Amino acid sequence: MDLEVIRSYIPLFAKAFFLTLRIGWIGIALAILIGMLSAFVLYFRIPMLSGFIKFYIELFRNTPLLIQLFFIYFGLPAIGLSISAEVCGAVALGLLGGSYMAESFRSGLEAVPYIQTESAMALGMSKGRLFISVILPQAISISVPAIVANIIFLLKETSVFSAISLMDLMFTAKDLIGLYYDTTESLFLLVIFYVIMLLPVSFAGSFLEKKMRYSMFGD
Amino acid sequence: MGIEVIFKGKNLIRLLEGLGIAMKISMISVAISIVLGIILGMLMTMKKPAVNAVLRAYLEIVRIMPQMVLLFIVFFGITKMTGINLSAETASLIVFSFWGTAEMADLVRGSLISIPAIQYESSMALGLSGFQTYVYVIIPQIIRRLIPLSINLITRMIKTTSLIMMIGIVEVLKVGQQIIEANRKTSPKAAFGVFAVIFLLYYLVCGPISALSKMLEKRWEN
Repeated sequence: MDLEVIRSYIPLFAKAFFLTLRIGWIGIALAILIGMLSAFVLYFRIPMLSGFIKFYIELFRNTPLLIQLFFIYFGLPAIGLSISAEVCGAVALGLLGGSYMAESFRSGLEAVPYIQTESAMALGMSKGRLFISVILPQAISISVPAIVANIIFLLKETSVFSAISLMDLMFTAKDLIGLYYDTTESLFLLVIFYVIMLLPVSFAGSFLEKKMRYSMFGD
Repeated sequence: MGIEVIFKGKNLIRLLEGLGIAMKISMISVAISIVLGIILGMLMTMKKPAVNAVLRAYLEIVRIMPQMVLLFIVFFGITKMTGINLSAETASLIVFSFWGTAEMADLVRGSLISIPAIQYESSMALGLSGFQTYVYVIIPQIIRRLIPLSINLITRMIKTTSLIMMIGIVEVLKVGQQIIEANRKTSPKAAFGVFAVIFLLYYLVCGPISALSKMLEKRWEN
């Protein structure tokens, strides 16, 4: 390992790091939005839309992000729908993540016992009030660990972006290995930057999981 | 729409062969992961501090490292550092087994600790031996939690093996690209058709497996 090489590579990796982070978090925000809306549609059994959402979730949960990216980035332009690599990355991540988030939110909503609805009704709450003040807060706290796990999964999946020539961490590492053959240094920095990106989220996840277990089992 | 390219010559068969290569690699890694994962998962619940520390570190590495990074480390890094020349297939088998084992171990550990202490205490109160407790009380409960989750892991591993094209294995995506390139002049819309078909192929493989996992989960929930 050559420290001089590492020092000269750091700015390149930092740039890629922020790009990955930016697209990653836009994609995740999109995923949470899509996931929540989809979960609402499924929870309220809205006719028509329900079937469509179910199909979307099935399709995106059962295909790899790499294929989804290729389809959106190379497939759609062939029939005249062209978007930039960055938008494509965020959209694909949002769609993939949305299907995972939808399942997490939905199981959270369904985990709230029916007695909560009955009690709220007995207290004379309106339907909207009942959902917003009683069901939703409980459902979200139940689904938080699953959502953190999804966020980690999605941040990891961003490594696939290099396949559509986004200058992310993976792309930078591959590029530098190809150009200068400093494989060890590039891989070392790659690992370090992914650790910086993911370790805090992972710790937050374990912490929340412990909290959840404590509230459920008390140990 | 460019789908006609698929039915030209041997294109469809080539695509399926490509899918077969991805499947072969995922199935071998699944088999290795399940066996090793069960052993490691059981080790993790034994409360031996040293063993636990090592396994936790291993799990954490796998949890936060993207599989692509692991692939690159094994495929490019090991060759550079040690001079051992791994084939792309061997490298991907190593990476996916390394990753799958950790995931499986975590599932096994999760289902083991999800059994409340009262189950052990009640068995003891009934005078069951340790062995009997496991065989008649704990394992039947764990299996019901574990099987749907492990089937789910299988679909995740199948999906993740699509990454092997990035280290140069000619699997279904790569074959798709070759078909698109070869027909660039005659059918410029091939990219849409070919990628749509690959999209569907993956869905056809993973869809039924996750449906099975969901069905088992529903049937066994108490």
